[in-house]
Parts: sequence; C-alpha cells; structure tokens
Amino acid sequence: MQNTVCELEVEIKNVDGLHMRPAMQFVDIASKFQALITVSKAETSVDGKSIMQMSMLAATYGTRLKIKAEGVDAAEAVEALRELVEVKKFGEPTPEEKSKQMF
Amino acid sequence: MEIKKGIAVSPGISIGKCFVIDAEDYRIPRRLIEPSQRLTETQRVRNAFKDGIEELTRLQAEQEEIGGQKIKDIFAVHLSYLRDRTLRKKITDMVNTEMVTAEFAVSSTLRDIASHFTKVKDVYISERAADIYDIEHRLLGHLVGSKRQDIAALKEEAIIVARELSPTQTASFNKEYVKGIATGAGGRTSHTAIVARSLGIPAVVALEDITESVTAGDTVIIDGNRGIVIVNPDDSTIEQYLEYAVEYTELEHRLDTIREKPAETRDGVRVMLMGNIEFPDEAQGVLQKGGEGIGLYRTEFLYLNRNTEPTEQEHYEAYSQTVAVFKSRPVVLRTVDLGADKYTQSRRYIREPNPFLGLRSIRFCLQNLTMFKTQLHAIMRASVLGDLRIMFPLITNLQELMQAKMVLGDVMEDLDEEGVPHNRNIKVGIMVETPSAALTASMLARDVTFFSIGTNDLTQYTLAVDRGNELVSTLYSSVDPAVLRLIRTVIQDAHKAQVDVSVCGEMASEPESVMLLLGLGVRTLSIAAPMIPEIKQIIRSVTMEECNKVARKVLGMNSERQISSFLRDAARKILPEAF
Repeated sequence: MQNTVCELEVEIKNVDGLHMRPAMQFVDIASKFQALITVSKAETSVDGKSIMQMSMLAATYGTRLKIKAEGVDAAEAVEALRELVEVKKFGEPTPEEKSKQMF
Repeated sequence: MEIKKGIAVSPGISIGKCFVIDAEDYRIPRRLIEPSQRLTETQRVRNAFKDGIEELTRLQAEQEEIGGQKIKDIFAVHLSYLRDRTLRKKITDMVNTEMVTAEFAVSSTLRDIASHFTKVKDVYISERAADIYDIEHRLLGHLVGSKRQDIAALKEEAIIVARELSPTQTASFNKEYVKGIATGAGGRTSHTAIVARSLGIPAVVALEDITESVTAGDTVIIDGNRGIVIVNPDDSTIEQYLEYAVEYTELEHRLDTIREKPAETRDGVRVMLMGNIEFPDEAQGVLQKGGEGIGLYRTEFLYLNRNTEPTEQEHYEAYSQTVAVFKSRPVVLRTVDLGADKYTQSRRYIREPNPFLGLRSIRFCLQNLTMFKTQLHAIMRASVLGDLRIMFPLITNLQELMQAKMVLGDVMEDLDEEGVPHNRNIKVGIMVETPSAALTASMLARDVTFFSIGTNDLTQYTLAVDRGNELVSTLYSSVDPAVLRLIRTVIQDAHKAQVDVSVCGEMASEPESVMLLLGLGVRTLSIAAPMIPEIKQIIRSVTMEECNKVARKVLGMNSERQISSFLRDAARKILPEAF
C-alpha cells in the first residue's frame, strides 16, 4: 500500500455556509478515513477532523476551500468530501432554492 | 494583603486556608495552580468532557423518544465538539503551560472560540456563539459540580469561599472541617448565614467579587464580628487576630456560665429561649447552650443532602431522635418548606419566573399530598414520644390552613385504622411570615394553638426585597416601621385570642432587637444555638419596664435608620462586649 496525496478545491454552495451542522457532517465523513485531512481557506489551514477548527473557518456561501488528504485512502476521502460539499450541499438549499421556498 | 468589607452574619474569628467554589454561570477568575496540581487539573478536564458526553448522549436519547429532531441535531453538534480531541488538548495544554485551574482553562478557551464566531459577519454563523457558550456551561457544570462533591469529602480544615452557597451545598458540608464561610452574594438572612450561625462557624457575606480575589490555598481571616475578610494577611495582622480570637473565646466562655440560669428579666419576667435546627444531631447543641426546646425544626433539610426522597421511617427516626433529646419539652416541627431557594435533588427542576411567589412551602405540600402525608404520618407516629408540635409554613389564608389540617385529620384516621398510637391532641400552629397572614391573624388564631412569627420572609414580603440579593440588601430590615406594625398586630391578636406567640426569625437572635421584641409582648424566642447564651445575657440584664419603653419609643419613630440606630445604642449599653 502506498501513501498518496490528493488535493482539490471545492466551493460552498449552500446558502447558510459551513455552520455547525455542516461542519459536523464534514468532520463525521472525514473521520471515516485514515488519511490525514487538511482544509485551507486562503492562508488558514485546519484539521478536517476537528469540528472546532472546521467551524472556526467560518466558510460562508461562495467560499473556496482547498481539501488535502494524505494517506492510503486519500483519493476516496477527497472524493467523498467533495460530494458532500458540492453535490449533496450538506442537504441544505442553495440561494436560488431558498428564495423559491419562500414563495 | 487585601481587606474586604462585607456583612457579618455569624460571629467568631477564623484563620485558615481557603477552598474556593466557582459558580458556573459567573465569570471564572484566572486562578493559578501549583505545578504538582497539573495532573489533577488535566484529569478534571478529561472527566468533565467524559461526563458531558454521557449527559449529552442521554439527552439525545430522550429527544429521540419525543421526536425532537431539531434539538437532537443541536446535541449532536455539541457531542461532536466534546469528542474533538484538538479542543480537549487545547484546554489541557493551557492548564499545563499557563498553570491555571481546569475551570479557567475551559472557560477562557471556549469564550475565545465564541468570540471568534461573534466577529464573523455572516449572521447565521455568528449566532453559533450561543452553542459554544452552552458547551462551556455544560463543562463548567460538571467541573463545579465535582468540586461541590469535594466539599462533602473535605479532609482538612478550610474556609469556604464561594459566590453563593445553596442550601443543598451547605447541607453536605463536613462540619468538622469547615472553619469559616465567605460569600460574594447573600445577606443577613440568606441560607448561608442561617446555616453558619446554627453550626457556630464565623461567616461574612455580600463580599461582591471575593472569589476573584482569592486563589485556592490562600490564607484567609474571617472576622464574623465586624464583617471583614482579609486575604493573605501579613504576620502582624495574623498575630492581632489570634489575640482577638482568644478574647472572643473568653467572652463565649463567660456567657456559657449562665447556661443553668433561667432567661429571666431583672424584674422577674420569664422568657422562653428555644433553638432552631436543621438536623437532629444539632438538638444536643441546643441543650448544651441552654435551650429549653426546639422552636423551629426545619425538616426540609432531610431532603436536601440526598438524591432520593426520605422514607417515612427516615422521617420518623429523625423526629424521634430529636424528641428523645428534649423528652417532655416542646419540639416544634415545621413541615417541609421546599421551593423558592430550596429544592430536592430528585424534584425535577422547574424554573419559575418568581420562585418566592411561586409553588413553595405549604403550597407545594398541598399539591404533593403523598409526600406531605408521608411526613405527617411520621410526625404523628413520633408524637407519642414527647411534646411534638406541628407548624405549617407560609400560610397566606384560612383555606390553606383548613386544607392542611384536613390532610392531618386524614393521616390520623389512617393511623387509627392501622392501630398505630398517636397524640390526637397534638398542638398545631402556623408560621406567620406573609403580610396576608399577619393582617388576618385574628381570623387564623381561631384554628391554631400557636403562632410563630417568621421575620425573614415577613420582612422580605412586606418590603418587597429579595433577602438574598446583595444589590438591594440594604433595603432589607426587620425593624422597618412597616414590618414592626405587622409584628405588633400579630402579637396583639394572638394575646386577644389567647394563642401562644413566638418569634423564630433571625430578628430574634439579633442582640439589638431583643428588648424591642420583649417590649412588644413576645415571651418566647427561637434562635440558633450559638446565640442562646448571648441573648440570655441580654434578657437577664434588662427590666421589662425598660423593654416596654423601648418598644413605645420605637413605635413612634418613622424611619428605619432612626429605629436601628436607637436600638443599637440601647443594646450597647447593656452588653458592650458584643458590639
């Protein structure tokens, strides 16, 4: 088995951003992998398995985050996290969806 | 050295190391620890996280049952925080490197995180600071809670310093080791004060930010005579206080020599001095100090230092143990007075917006008949052992009194059926501690054999002043003209109806109020045991004629300030050592 490093960039698409519950979902998924996961917003880098650090990133709608994984399952980890942020959008609405809900 | 001025609530002088209890809902001061304590403190942090996780898991499961998805989600986030090792490490690192207490490290770390959130522009994220405060609160609850249990297990002599002590905490004290109490909040009649007096340990309250001025293990002097607390005194101050302490003990011994003599005025009027107690083992102390019975047995303390409700047999044993000490002399049992500031461990804590005007005392008993009947059953069983009397607290109208008596009647019928002997003619009385009871004393008198004036609550309800709130405690005075008028009404109505009347509030143990009370016509006082010799000395030094004159003068005065300074002067002339 080989240690791999994977890195990719994601964008927060749900309107309320990375608040507590999404941060928890992120940490829960990240913790399933052995790989070391680092999340960066501009110059700040935090541990992707720590809810304290993830929530303190205060990533709002539209923020771009860099996810870096190092370890045997790095590729799977990065892909699962991308899916959570950009496809499932933490199970929360985008701004368009939210404004539709209001009418 | 730092000198702090507060209110002296229990006399005596004590010098010792302090034991600090922080309050979880209050700012935790930065408190340093010794290098050797680091291991204990980091372990306390870990335990608090562990206990917090257990508690949240349980709360989450409860929400599962009732389908509270939103709340369950919130708990899940909090759980996730508590399981975050980097958070825990940040806190234990702080304990290790900055050498601060577990409480301070938890509080300051989480408040840092919270303030980080409040700075974020996005409202949705910034509001999350509330979650962080909640987590802080939970952890501190476990930390401070464990410290409270520590007091029960105190192994060496200490002076307790706290923001405020609840009756539950004071009930769990190991009396042998607690040498003094200093609290930031409270007043003359707060429970800390009452308990300290009954245990005979010096106490000073209303010291405001005292918990921020001390570090655990500091040397502290408590001067319960002058209301002074000195933190880290220098050698000459310690020496001076050791001298004071000797002088004070001598005065106490001198007073003890009058133990066998009756409480009788110089012109031969006999006064009955009884003791107030919380626990049966204090009864002996009352007898030793020369008390002639128990005028107020606060039975709710049976509920306060435990996790389960006492059984009927436990009630019975406590009462029979007390009666055994006094044999044929009176023991007045006040039925359970819970609520407001006193809660049972097991009673589900329901926050009331106005607890002192809420479901407390006799109201609580009349709504919890099983509990009430259990106590009355035990009292009646013990009633054949001596002169046991029943007193209902916080009566506000005749219906309540009649209801309580009806419940007592039911209990007697049950006992008849069970064939258990009891005293059918037990004396039943009430506490007069609400303005409504005082104003209708003439009506209530027809259905009781005695009144006992509870001046603490009567003052608080008459003047609309919270007796435990240091912000308004200067407004609280039992010699306010309004309170005195009510007291006079009760005494006059009692005399007209030929009903016994006594005073069992703190006022009765204030040396400056004794002459006034005698002059108003009171012949029975019930006070904390350590105060009995001093009050007896005053009674033996005055004539009834002088007392009557004092009362007449005071009733003609229209300001509290004028009355209290007049009374202080009058008392100082009689027993100068006490002032």
